Amino acid sequence: MTRQAFPITLALLALVAAGPALADDDWIPPVTDELTMAECGDCHMAFQPGFLPARSWEAMMDGLADHFGDDATIAPEKADHIRAYLTANAGDRIRSEMAREYMRWVREGGVPLRITENPEFLGEHDFRPSVWERPEVVTKSNCPACHQAAERGDYEDD
Amino acid sequence: MIRLSPRPSALSLAAGLGLAAMLTAPVPALADATADRHAILDALAEEARAANADFAGFSAAAGETLFRTAWAGGDDRTPSCTACHTEDPRAMGRNAKTGRPIEPVAVSVKPDRFTDPDEVAKQFRRDCKAVLGRACTAQEKGDYITFMAEQ
Repeated sequence: MTRQAFPITLALLALVAAGPALADDDWIPPVTDELTMAECGDCHMAFQPGFLPARSWEAMMDGLADHFGDDATIAPEKADHIRAYLTANAGDRIRSEMAREYMRWVREGGVPLRITENPEFLGEHDFRPSVWERPEVVTKSNCPACHQAAERGDYEDD
Repeated sequence: MIRLSPRPSALSLAAGLGLAAMLTAPVPALADATADRHAILDALAEEARAANADFAGFSAAAGETLFRTAWAGGDDRTPSCTACHTEDPRAMGRNAKTGRPIEPVAVSVKPDRFTDPDEVAKQFRRDCKAVLGRACTAQEKGDYITFMAEQ
């Protein structure tokens, strides 16, 4: 009994340690700011700021007049509020395992704008074209088409 | 900074009571939405009149034509309003670029449509550019709202 207790305890410890670690890989702090949720979420899911570094969010907010081809300009006071929220909660400003995994691919000083081009994203989404062609998907940035709880920061595989 | 949740105060208490009254009496709430929509239409009518002395009011039929026409003047993915809103304004739509579901545009299904002037201005600015490839005129905006108000 006593001889077996140690390895079992170790195994249990390993399980306990593995549990949250796995979950951390698939969860990123969700957007909690009401205005950010409403304005960014107007046309697409309000992506969690942890997926991009603060300088990317600065560039994003500077370029709303041509936001991936669309005019996404909003009232300046709203834009300022959203900019402050996004940069304060950016991937290089928060403690998050999933954000860290995305940040490690970002070159020093690099200013990525598309989360879907991050090698971390690409590695997790290496699907047949038919998956991307599903009518409800439309585009790779449409997270909730497959990850139903994506808006809550939960990207566990379905 | 914009404070979205002000601290409880006499004012918010009064607002809360007002909300409670609205919830128990849906008819005045609906009347408020209608009044807000009329105010937006009035402002557009004024703008349309300033642009065209012969302005003769808004037309739901013209609004429907605007809605269904394949303009193909803007983004390839959104040749017409129906690209996102579907042929049926009462149905759920889907953003043709992002895949985001869109609530119905028809006022009968979503009574708070066209009641917030800022929201209305923002949406026309974005969508007219994406669909028509230009800004919509006040006449067009008024026609569109008039059509949707009857749907």
